[in-house]
Amino acid sequence: MGQQAPTGPELRPDRLSRQNLAGWLYSTPFLALFLTFMAFPIIATLLMSFTDFGLRNVTHPLDARFVGLDNYTALFGDPKFMKALFNTCYFVVLGVPLTIGSGLVAAVLLNSGIDRFRTFFRVGFYVPVVTAIVAVAVIWRFVLDPSEGLIAGLGAQLGFSTPDFLASKALAMPSLIVMAVWRNMGTAMVLFLAGLQAIPVEVREAAKLDGAGAFQEFRRITVPLLRPTMLYVAVMTTIGFLNVFEEPFVMTDGGPGDSTLTVSLHMYKEGFSFFHMGSASAMAYVLFTIVLAVTLLQFRLLKDKTR
Amino acid sequence: MSATEPRTTRPPKPGRTATSRRPGTTALTYTLLTVGLVVMSAPFLWMAISAFKTPKDLGASPPVWIPTEWTLANFRELLDLMDIARNFMNSAVVAVVVTVCNLVFCSMLGYALAKLNFAGKKAVLGVVLGALMVPGNLMLLPQFVMMSKMGLLDSYAGLILPFAAGAFGVFLMRQFMMAIPDELLEAARIDGAGEWYIFWRIVLPLVKPALATLSIFVFLGSWNNFLWPLVATNDPDKYTLPVALATFATDPTKAAGSNGVLMAGAFLVVLPVVAVFLVLQRHFTQGIATSGLK
Repeated sequence: MGQQAPTGPELRPDRLSRQNLAGWLYSTPFLALFLTFMAFPIIATLLMSFTDFGLRNVTHPLDARFVGLDNYTALFGDPKFMKALFNTCYFVVLGVPLTIGSGLVAAVLLNSGIDRFRTFFRVGFYVPVVTAIVAVAVIWRFVLDPSEGLIAGLGAQLGFSTPDFLASKALAMPSLIVMAVWRNMGTAMVLFLAGLQAIPVEVREAAKLDGAGAFQEFRRITVPLLRPTMLYVAVMTTIGFLNVFEEPFVMTDGGPGDSTLTVSLHMYKEGFSFFHMGSASAMAYVLFTIVLAVTLLQFRLLKDKTR
Repeated sequence: MSATEPRTTRPPKPGRTATSRRPGTTALTYTLLTVGLVVMSAPFLWMAISAFKTPKDLGASPPVWIPTEWTLANFRELLDLMDIARNFMNSAVVAVVVTVCNLVFCSMLGYALAKLNFAGKKAVLGVVLGALMVPGNLMLLPQFVMMSKMGLLDSYAGLILPFAAGAFGVFLMRQFMMAIPDELLEAARIDGAGEWYIFWRIVLPLVKPALATLSIFVFLGSWNNFLWPLVATNDPDKYTLPVALATFATDPTKAAGSNGVLMAGAFLVVLPVVAVFLVLQRHFTQGIATSGLK
């Protein structure tokens, strides 16, 4: 990210003022929309999180009562929210490494010098990324369907019985994770492919000449040089996974027994089904704080080692 | 490193010269890739086939892989249960308008940030980069209250406005426009061209590939968007396609109906996007790669 201003020839004052005017005119549409639909709501969420904002406040927002940190303290005493927090972490801790891992494996395979069908495979792996999560969730609910689904069908064909994945407290979340990995792996793959192709051939050849095997080359050359890509993929995937919503919304509605209730889904239900908007706002900020903390942590962990 | 070379189509393929491969390794690679591809495409194939199955084939055990009888009954039933043409139109109108707005607004600001000197530019850039990092969940509740107060729930305006200018687009356009030589713009200025002329006639034509990438991303994002349309619409006539599908799928009174109907619905949501993707796939993956590797 370059911060430097464009270094043109020295600007005369009249041109500078013309550029001032143009600059601000060009900024206006974005800034107006940003202030109205992002900046103001971000602050409003914070303010709402300190109030008892409820259904009647949708029409009379200013009547909401200030309750200090009550919403936040209540959240951390609420087993349901803690369960949602745990589920979200579970989803991230398992889902993110699996997504990165499978994306990296696919990218390395595609980059390993195969001549034919490279585009074909790449496109095939990427298709799930472009499809709507809602449609994907509906499809996977059917794939996992205990009586008519693909997995049950395969099981019947091969002669073993399959569990009802989404109705099992132990298996529902892992099922959602598998699905999320399936859908997001393509993004990681494409980014890793770009990263792999940026590694100069000379470096690899030098490693070869020094007698490095394939595994050593991967460990000593590929992984370190791929670190910036790794950082980007890790951060983006983690942010996406921390906000997981559509998968449990469509597939399980948070069940069975809250085993797939995520923070975003809990926030949605509290906010728009029960109109506990003050408490839902507090959840939004707790989630945001976690996103921020994890992102900063990842930057530290993945960046410092290269220095 | 940055997206400053929109024209480079394909980097050379390294690894190929460096690796002297044994046939066994190649065979293993292809085997693994094929297994992967089967896993990746199986749910789609299952969906596509099931959409055309009769209830008898759907419920068969052991399963029927190729329908004994192909039927359009699922699609017909779907059309009876929801006004899917209307939902399709809603999604299309919203996605097209959002895309056009983003193209105009993001390239304007991207140009200003890449090529103009104006007081406060650093602050504006800071706002853009900050906005990139804020998750949508953080704004959802007040946005709903605002839209409700403004009377924009269940309206196109309510679905479009929050997405009419994204920070990602500004950043992308700025990255591409920084690659345009300053001398070119300076020469135009000396010839007396105004800022608007320069932007419209010189800069925009030079960043067509970036505009294409941005349209693909914004259109796709809008087409697949779910949470905000779910919150901002109550009237089934205003539902976008994903909201209509999800509402249908999660409504206990309807969802009990038939998996075949649901797959027909999923088919109609997925098909247009996948078709467009297969035609434009090079731009998709390039866009991801260039915008991702800053």
